[in-house]
Amino acid sequence: MRRPVDVGDPDRLYTVTGGRSRSDGSSFDLVTLIVAECEPAVGQQSEHRRILELCRHPTAVVELAAELSLPITVVRILLEDLLATGRITPRHPRVAAAAALPDSALLTEVLHGLRNL
Amino acid sequence: MGSATSELPSSRTPLRDTAENGLKIVVVGGFGVGKTTLVRSVSEIRPLNTEEVMTQAGAGVDKMPESSGKNTTTVAFDFGRISLNDRLVLYLFGAPGQKRFWFLWDRLFAGTLGAVVLVDTRRMDESWYAIDRLEHHGTPFVVAVNRFDDAARHSLEDIRTALALPDHVPLIDCDARVRSSGKDVLITLVDHLHHLARERELTA
Ligand SMILES: Nc1nc2c(ncn2[C@@H]2O[C@H](COP(=O)(O)OP(=O)(O)OP(=O)(O)O)[C@@H](O)[C@H]2O)c(=O)[nH]1
Ligand SMILES: [Mg+2]
Repeated sequence: MRRPVDVGDPDRLYTVTGGRSRSDGSSFDLVTLIVAECEPAVGQQSEHRRILELCRHPTAVVELAAELSLPITVVRILLEDLLATGRITPRHPRVAAAAALPDSALLTEVLHGLRNL
Repeated sequence: MGSATSELPSSRTPLRDTAENGLKIVVVGGFGVGKTTLVRSVSEIRPLNTEEVMTQAGAGVDKMPESSGKNTTTVAFDFGRISLNDRLVLYLFGAPGQKRFWFLWDRLFAGTLGAVVLVDTRRMDESWYAIDRLEHHGTPFVVAVNRFDDAARHSLEDIRTALALPDHVPLIDCDARVRSSGKDVLITLVDHLHHLARERELTA
């Protein structure tokens, strides 16, 4: 298994996020699935290009963090950039949105999925 | 796409293009209790590792290491995933139960369906804290006893008593190394969640 992500180099994180340290009002859940709306382009920041490549198929925020070896906080900031310029579409989880607990119909579906494994 | 693409691990399996709803289940438990083993045994991908950086001061604050110095702490966790059908994907997180981790709970695991507390009978005290925190956050959970070969065979009844676990919380044996056993743990949890949801819906 992969080693834990090395965040020992603050300079790298600073560069990646353009010095921003917060992802204000971030609505990206760990399991929000991200889909690219365009191909990576020359001249884009390399992390943005990587995200667009990985998100040719739906990819969860947490998988992006693992693949890029970046903390989740940093990935959320990068995703906000891409969202603001229309390059990605998020598919947000529909359980987390409702503060309440999941309904039994959804759980029945989950049970079927697990039993069929 | 030259160098960037060649960095992709060849083992990476993308989700179906129809995947649209991500669900979370968290496996918590003490050091070496078998969290990663359980995630691996049921996951369709090899477990991946990631982490979140946080400040000790408050869970809601995002700070990068360069601006916060010794106040930051890093919590690492691993995860796997199970495609349940064309639309639903279940992510399974293996997370440490130690104190500093719970500062992050709301930020990372809000909206979690439920949790599995993995218990090693040789170090039962480590489970107390996790159970207490889950109750505090209102996250439904089940307790799974990962039986290690050299551990004394306490009965589930004795373990329930030792953990002061209420009767309505399911308690089961498992072998985290065995896929069917890991699957049974998840089914026990989701069955429990389903039961709770039905109760809620009938009284609503
Ligand atoms: N005998 C036995 N060994 C197990 C079982 N589950 C896990 N192990 C072993 O116990 C060791 C620790 O398991 P891990 O899955 O790495 O535990 P973990 O909870 O992820 O550990 P940390 O992430 O380090 O806290 C490994 O060597 C496993 O092979 C089990 O059910 N029975
Ligand atoms: Mg582990």
